Amino acid sequence: MIELEAPRIAQKALAGQFIILRVDERGERIPLTVAGTDVERGTVAVIFQVVGGTTAKLNAKREGEFLADFVGPLGNPTEVEGVKRAIVVGGGVGCAIALPVAKRLYALGAEVHTVVGFRSRELVILEEEFRALSSTLTLTTDDGSAGEKGNVCGPLKRLLDGGEYDAVYAIGPLLMMKYVAATTRPYGVKTIASMNPIMIDGTGMCGCCRVTVDGVTRFACVDGPDFDAQKVDFDEAILRNRSYLPAEQRAREKSCRLFRKEES
Amino acid sequence: MYNRRETKYPMPVQDPLVRNHNFKEVALGYDAETAVCEAERCLSCKNRPCVKGCPVSVAIPEFIAKIAEGDFEAAYRIISESSSLPAVCGRVCPQERQCEGNCIRGIKGEPVAIGRLERFAADMHYAGAGAIERPISNGHRVAVVGSGPAGLACAGDLAKMGYDVTVFEALHAAGGVLSYGIPEFRLPKEIVKREVENLIAMGVKLCTDSVIGRLYSVEELRTELGFEAVFLGTGAGLPRFLGIRGENLKGVFSANEYLTRANLMRAYEEDSETPIYHAKRVAVLGGGNVAMDAARTAKRLGAEVTIVYRRGMEELPARKEEILHAREEGVELRLLTNPVELLGDAEGNVCAVECVEMELGAPDESGRRRPVKKVGSEFRLEADCVILALGTSPNPLLQRTTAGLETKPHGEISADGDGKTSLEGVFAGGDAVTGSATVILAMGAGRRAARAIDAYISSAHR
Repeated sequence: MIELEAPRIAQKALAGQFIILRVDERGERIPLTVAGTDVERGTVAVIFQVVGGTTAKLNAKREGEFLADFVGPLGNPTEVEGVKRAIVVGGGVGCAIALPVAKRLYALGAEVHTVVGFRSRELVILEEEFRALSSTLTLTTDDGSAGEKGNVCGPLKRLLDGGEYDAVYAIGPLLMMKYVAATTRPYGVKTIASMNPIMIDGTGMCGCCRVTVDGVTRFACVDGPDFDAQKVDFDEAILRNRSYLPAEQRAREKSCRLFRKEES
Repeated sequence: MYNRRETKYPMPVQDPLVRNHNFKEVALGYDAETAVCEAERCLSCKNRPCVKGCPVSVAIPEFIAKIAEGDFEAAYRIISESSSLPAVCGRVCPQERQCEGNCIRGIKGEPVAIGRLERFAADMHYAGAGAIERPISNGHRVAVVGSGPAGLACAGDLAKMGYDVTVFEALHAAGGVLSYGIPEFRLPKEIVKREVENLIAMGVKLCTDSVIGRLYSVEELRTELGFEAVFLGTGAGLPRFLGIRGENLKGVFSANEYLTRANLMRAYEEDSETPIYHAKRVAVLGGGNVAMDAARTAKRLGAEVTIVYRRGMEELPARKEEILHAREEGVELRLLTNPVELLGDAEGNVCAVECVEMELGAPDESGRRRPVKKVGSEFRLEADCVILALGTSPNPLLQRTTAGLETKPHGEISADGDGKTSLEGVFAGGDAVTGSATVILAMGAGRRAARAIDAYISSAHR
């Protein structure tokens, strides 16, 4: 997680929106969802996992340093109006993006039930932050090293069996969101997925972020990033997100070598 | 007495088999001697048909006469009265459908090379240009949204009139389509940079990374930031897709994405961190300038490239010169061919385009003969990358986030001939209003709006 000074973006950004950044002049543009804002300090927080060269370089930035570009807020804010009782499902790093959504719901007076899933105990984040605003919180890990063993779908199903909800928000890996959609389908509850495709401009110009929703091509940057999870073609989205996998790996290895050189 | 030579003096170009491996400018420009000889081919017709063909009515015979006299700076000044971007328009205007298409010399032989002469005058001017004078400020503030041809032209004219202009650009670099769309080998980015630097020298402020409609609404530009008028030159960059099967396979790109990666992000350079597909066989679907740009970019990145277009050679909408250059560089054209479906492999990568051959039938509403399928002519074109260059629609963001801004069904902002929109003090022009068109039309619209903004602000303070 890093915090950046960007007062106007801090003032305008709402839960569910994202920013695009470039680390330096030769850098690529990458989208990251806003994890939090502090209007008084004028800062915007983003969270990322090191997957390619850019995130590796971002990870190497130290307090007081600058980025070349920081653009936003982009995308439509998550719709929370009229929701009285909601389930927020977060997976892995996606929890950092789920938190502002949960916070916003809570601030608007909704009853929030949270299910957060991680691979294992060491990767658990933000548990206390979620607990502070959730009526119930269920933690799961794939290996059972913390909370309940298994994925988020079991506890989600128990919640749905136990009562009525206005909406389910799924924020995390594509595969998790796909399974959440499958779990909520029989209950007919509105389910929203926050998509995170590859992007360049983030303003509707490249079409790189296209997602098939209800058989129609939509752009995550201007039409989303939230879509009706029951209508998203997740299998296609999963394939598309792997488009630059070899390039990402090469870039990550290259920047790792660079950092090692600097350290030695 | 005029020069009776029937053909244009050839434009010196980089050798096709050398240039299809580099991104340097293809056309090298006339030298002074050639320019003077070419200018002498002009008949200086009384009724000036060339001027009628120019969307901004540049005084063409007059500037050409100055080149023939050897007074190149005077030629540049004449062009500048009507055009803010002569170095750009000389390179990218579809002259054969505008000025040169009307030239009398074209009836028997080739028209005068008006575009090349325009480019020559502009390049000569910049080669010897001194410092820009900063106009005296009139204290009135105007916001320009978008730094493409329309925005640059509007900002430039307003700055000359003394307005305090701020240009907001969503991307990290100014220039709009001139930066992200048109490739280096057709329009060197140095030229775009110079146009932008000239504006800054005139006192124009440039705010990159600023997405209006998100960071500030149009309303907030007026109320919170205190701009007296706003010009929207947000362009048409929303790519269209075909709606056929397989369009979202990996390796299928809109031309905008492919070109943005290559141009704006300079993905063709070794040290750029933006990845781009280095494909072996590329199919480009479409026949406009953007299709040619994408095809020639792919060629330079080392691919075998085929352009697939459903109509014939006559109907190809691209500039003649671009078609010629593409073919010289080894880009294959498959005309009268329609893509039916994109086929993928087991991993979801595109591997072929299923095509059908077409023949021309009766003319449609546009007057062009409608292509119809030839039964049983289906075939597969192998491709590990497919680029869709099927046109673009207006960028949707401002239209969606600005209450009260009237738009047309395809998302174009409604504006009158002066650029006035449905909102008080808000003007618009260029592709955002017309849908995707040409640099020169956008530039002309930006300049007309500048005059209308000046009239609007002046009348408010009378």
